[in-house]
Amino acid sequence: MLSTESLQKIDREIAKYPPGQRQSAVMAALAIAQEELGWLPSEAIEFVGNYLEMTPIAAYEVANFYNMYNLKPVGKHKLTVCTNLPCMLSGGVDAAEYLKSKLGIEFNETTPDGKFTLKEGECMGACGDAPVMLVDNHRMCCCMQPEQIDKLLSELE
Amino acid sequence: MAILGSINPLLTVGLDGDNAWRLADYVKRGGYTALRGILAEKVPPGVVVDKVKKSVLRGRGGAGFPTGLKWSFMPNYLPVEKYVVCNSDEGEPGTFKDRDILRFNPHAVIEGMVIAGYAVGASRGYNYIHGEIWEVYKRFEEALDEARAAGLIGKDIQGSGFDFELFAHHGYGAYICGEESALLNSIEGKKGQPRFKPPFPASFGLYGKPTTINNTETFASVPFVLNIGPEAYLEAGKPNNGGTKLFSVSGHVNRPGNYEVPLGTPFSTLLEMAGGVRGGRQLKACIPGGSSAPVLPAQVVMDCTMDYDSISKAGSMLGSGAVIVMDETTCMVKALERLSYFYYEESCGQCTPCREGTNWLYQIIHRIEHGLGRPDDLDLLRSVTTNIMGRTICALGDAASMPVQSFIKHFQDEFAYHIEHKKCLVPPEIQRAGSGFFKATF
Repeated sequence: MLSTESLQKIDREIAKYPPGQRQSAVMAALAIAQEELGWLPSEAIEFVGNYLEMTPIAAYEVANFYNMYNLKPVGKHKLTVCTNLPCMLSGGVDAAEYLKSKLGIEFNETTPDGKFTLKEGECMGACGDAPVMLVDNHRMCCCMQPEQIDKLLSELE
Repeated sequence: MAILGSINPLLTVGLDGDNAWRLADYVKRGGYTALRGILAEKVPPGVVVDKVKKSVLRGRGGAGFPTGLKWSFMPNYLPVEKYVVCNSDEGEPGTFKDRDILRFNPHAVIEGMVIAGYAVGASRGYNYIHGEIWEVYKRFEEALDEARAAGLIGKDIQGSGFDFELFAHHGYGAYICGEESALLNSIEGKKGQPRFKPPFPASFGLYGKPTTINNTETFASVPFVLNIGPEAYLEAGKPNNGGTKLFSVSGHVNRPGNYEVPLGTPFSTLLEMAGGVRGGRQLKACIPGGSSAPVLPAQVVMDCTMDYDSISKAGSMLGSGAVIVMDETTCMVKALERLSYFYYEESCGQCTPCREGTNWLYQIIHRIEHGLGRPDDLDLLRSVTTNIMGRTICALGDAASMPVQSFIKHFQDEFAYHIEHKKCLVPPEIQRAGSGFFKATF
C-alpha cells in the first residue's frame, strides 16, 4: 500500500514513543500516507491502523477528527485560506473571495483541470501576517495581497 | 522577523540574525548556562521548583496558572516514568507568539523543558506543535538534533547521570488539542477529546503517568528566570505578574506582530508600539487575550495595563496575550458571527451543551447578520450561553460563550440595530475598506 520510503518515515515516528505505544505515531503515519497518495482512501487508513496495531476504526476516528487530512481526493494543490476574525480584519475574507473568483470555484471545490482545491481554514497561528494561506498543508504564505496571490498561482505548477 | 518591538526584553534579545535559532548562537547569547549550572552543581530539584515559584512566572498559554506551583504537584517520590509536555498547539485566534519563539529561539524551549524534566523527575518530553506550521516543526526537529549531538538532551546529560529524551509531535489541525488533556489524548494517538478532570495530568497524564504540561513561552522563560534570578524576574513585571510577556497584536493596527513588554505595560503603549490604529482611525474595541476572552470597548481597554490582574479587573482575560484590535470599520455582529462559526466548527462534539449550543449560537448570530434576526434573539443567545457555561468537560464551551455575552453586553445597540433594520450599522463599503486588502482608503 505504501512505499518503502514512507514506511521508513513511519518507523522513525514510531521510535519517538515508548515501547508498546505505536498508536502514538498514527497522526504522523496518516500524514505520511496522505503525502504519498494525495488523500486518504479507507484502504490507506486501514493499512495504517494495522501497521500500528490499532483497530482500523480507531485510525479512521483520528483521520476524521483532524481537519488537515483529506478524506476525499483533492486537486494537485490544496489552498487553505484563513478567514478567522484576526485574518478577516486584515483581508482574509477578501483574499478568499479573490481566490474564488480567480479560480472560479467555491470552498471545498476543485478546479475543472484538477489543479486547485480551495479550503476555508481556521486559525493557523500567524494572524500578524494576514492574509495567510497554507499550500498543500506544508507551505505557509503570508501577507497575501492580490499581487502576491497572482504570483503564487502562477508559480504553482 | 515578526518580533517588531520590545521594552526591557528577555526572551527576544539578540534574535536578529538568520542563524539566531541555531545552537551556537543560543549558546553565544548565554543559552544552556542555566541547565549546565544546575547539573554541574547538582542543585536539588526542589530548589529549582522554588525558584520558579518565587519568580511568579504564570502560565503563558492562557490560564495564567503559576508555573512553579504546577511543577510542585508532580509526585517526585513515585518511582515511575514521568513526562514533560510542551503545548505548542497554538490555535487560539489572534495568537502567534509560540510560532515565533519556535522559529527564532527554539533552544530556549528545549532548555526550559530539560530543566522542567530535571525539576519534576521526568525523563521524557514531547513538544506538540500546531499542525499548520510544518516549517516550524521541521526547524524544531533540527534544533533537537543539534541539542542531542551536543549532549544537551539524551542519556547522561553533561555527565550528570540525568537522562532526558525530547521529541516533537506534529498536530494536524484541531483547535481543541490546545486543551491539555485533549493534547495528551492526541499524543496517545486518539481523537483529541478532553478528559474529565480530576485526575489532573500531574497524577494521570500522558499514558496515565504523571505529566507536567506547560505552554511554549512558559518553558522558554524558565532559563531566563534562573539566569537573572527569580527576584529580578518578578521585578521585570509587576507584583503577582512576574516577567515580560510576548503580545501578539493583530487586526487593525499599522504594524501587526509580536511585542515583548513587561507585564503591567499600559495597553496604550502597546498600541503605540504597534503603530497605532490603521489609517489613523478610531479604536472601537479590543479582545485582549485571544478570541475566547471577552471583548472590551475602546474606552475600557485604553485604561488597562497588560497583565493578568488588570485585564481581569476590567472584565476580560489576559489569556494568551493575543491582542485583536478592531477599529470603527468593524461590524461587531459580523465579527462575532465569524468567532461563533469557529467554535461551532472546532467543538469536539463530546458534550451535548457545547456540540449543540455552539451550533445554536452560530445559527442565531448568522441570521441576525443576514437580516433575519428576531426581536427576542438576544435573550435567546444569553440563555444558550448560560446553558453551555459550566456544563461541559472542558473550557471550550465557556470560550464560545464569553465572546457572545461580552459582544452583546458592550455593543447591544449594534445588535439591536441589525435586528430592527435588517442591515449593518457600519456600511459594507466602509467594512471592506477596513481590511486594507484592496488598498482602498477611508
